[in-house]
Amino acid sequence: MTTTATPVTSTSSSPAPAYNPKSESTTAKRIKSAIFHIIALALVAMVLYPALWMITSAFKPNSEIGGANNALWSNNFSFDNFATAMEGIGGVSTLTFFTNSLILAVGAVVGTVLSASISAYAFARINFPGRGLFFGMMIATLLLPFHVVIIPQYIVFQQLGLVDTYVPLLIGKFLAADAFFVFLMVQFMRGLPAELDEAARIDGAGHVRIFGSIMLPLMKPALISTSIFSFIWSWNDFLGPLLYLNTPEKYPLPLALRLFVDQTQSSDYGAMIAMSVLALLPVLVFFLVFQRYIVEGVSTQGLKG
Amino acid sequence: MTQSPTLSRRTASAPSQPRKSRRRGADARAGYTFLLPWLLGFIALTVGPMISSLYLSFTNYNLFDAPKWIGFDNYATLFQDERFLQSVGVTLQYVVFGTPLKLAAALAIAMLLNSKRKGQGFYRSAFYAPSLIGASVSIAIVWKAMFGDSGPVDQGLSFFGINLGGWVGNPNMTMGMMILLTVWQFGAPMVIFLAGLKQIPTDLYEAASMDGAGPVRKFLNITWPMLSPVIFFNLLMETIHAFQIFASAYIISNGEGGPAGSTLFYTLYLYLRGFSDFRMGYASAMAWLLVIVVGIITLIFFKTSKSWVHYSGDAK
Repeated sequence: MTTTATPVTSTSSSPAPAYNPKSESTTAKRIKSAIFHIIALALVAMVLYPALWMITSAFKPNSEIGGANNALWSNNFSFDNFATAMEGIGGVSTLTFFTNSLILAVGAVVGTVLSASISAYAFARINFPGRGLFFGMMIATLLLPFHVVIIPQYIVFQQLGLVDTYVPLLIGKFLAADAFFVFLMVQFMRGLPAELDEAARIDGAGHVRIFGSIMLPLMKPALISTSIFSFIWSWNDFLGPLLYLNTPEKYPLPLALRLFVDQTQSSDYGAMIAMSVLALLPVLVFFLVFQRYIVEGVSTQGLKG
Repeated sequence: MTQSPTLSRRTASAPSQPRKSRRRGADARAGYTFLLPWLLGFIALTVGPMISSLYLSFTNYNLFDAPKWIGFDNYATLFQDERFLQSVGVTLQYVVFGTPLKLAAALAIAMLLNSKRKGQGFYRSAFYAPSLIGASVSIAIVWKAMFGDSGPVDQGLSFFGINLGGWVGNPNMTMGMMILLTVWQFGAPMVIFLAGLKQIPTDLYEAASMDGAGPVRKFLNITWPMLSPVIFFNLLMETIHAFQIFASAYIISNGEGGPAGSTLFYTLYLYLRGFSDFRMGYASAMAWLLVIVVGIITLIFFKTSKSWVHYSGDAK
């Protein structure tokens, strides 16, 4: 990654294409390329500045975050803010919040991958009456503002005594409520050759076998994209936990962060920012490891970040 | 492997009528069995709640006493509720200015990156990164700190002789801060634009160059029409998402929509009415109004798209 970032001019050793009189000289090309990289790198610096500021501030003493000293550098970098942040809030350790976030995110991944792939198989590979109608309805839910369902959902979960449990936050994942993932998998499966299932059918395989032994192994890229995005979305989700969770012991990180902000009220900026960094850490690691899958997923499926 | 498909097709067409219909019946059963997870969720978590929130929107309901039917009162009250009208204004401002700016940035940078130069992968990932974290609570906290009094933004502007003070506490500046936060996340639509730009055949541009077309004419006559389906997709999705912004507004305004209601976004007000005042009927009316407005906007987008979105001949 670092090597690609440095301005690399186009291969100059190759012989200039003599057949094209219009082709620019290598020096002109080099200059153009250098200008491109200078502009692009300046833009990258601008776009990533908030992230850099966040990370360096997390290591700075409080006195240097606000006020006169705002450069990215400091001579007093330390882990003090992280130590404060790890202590947690109201007797609950930050490790607990981490664990809660992790339980929710892993639950979301398992539920989404299972339910979306099974439902997508029906849409993509089985011919049944009503398929077109339901598919249209599923697409419509992509555009539906979900605020229209949160109030009745809350009422029902409240009456069932499920408020302050993870059930309301996870049940939708196991029922393929994130239509984006169903759509992504349907599109992916439609791209697989139909001859595969036909051949399997001739060999006497039923839908369960075709789905489990043929489709699932071939769908790996779609399953990976789905896992990554459902993990990150669940990790960053704020409204769901805000609605349903009341006891701090059950809070995931975003809610814990809000509590932290409420209680410290900008008196300890450093710890607040350190905790923000900690909360984003898994997402950043995911991004660095899976960036190809993530960016490809966005460009081919129109997935939102 | 290569032979079995042709073989199977021949045998598959052979079965007599009853066997075919039996297979169709089995397919219907299998279809609904596999669809079950989604279908259950669709009925229990989408259709059911939609119907009941429509009903609730005509009632007075506080979660504890039985809902009381009041007809269109909630809807009528909405338009006399100053805070509601303010939330509509705030949200519209955000959608109308934020979305086009974000998409313009996305398109401009996608066009800059659409070349065969090295480092594309790095730039694409770097510009995309904010989209992944931008809506999180962490970034909202950072944004608040950066735009605070004598925060880095204030300091940076002072360097150029612009003294605006902190943006967070200034009702005239908070919207700018929120719009910058959404523009900062231009990476996701940019990546989609970039994929669309790569689909445009380069010989179109070469032919245009031969005819003496400059960059502006090339953009207007080739890039824009060829990219119009992607522009349409991004515009529709970004607009719908912009209406639903919540977490950032909640954190930046401490869950109150301040200062002076300048960050009282529609969904934030809906949340406050429903889950802080427990006026669930009123909040349901707000939710349904949002559905109707988003529905109308989607419809307008699709209707007007015929005049400016061009699908190439081979697409269905």
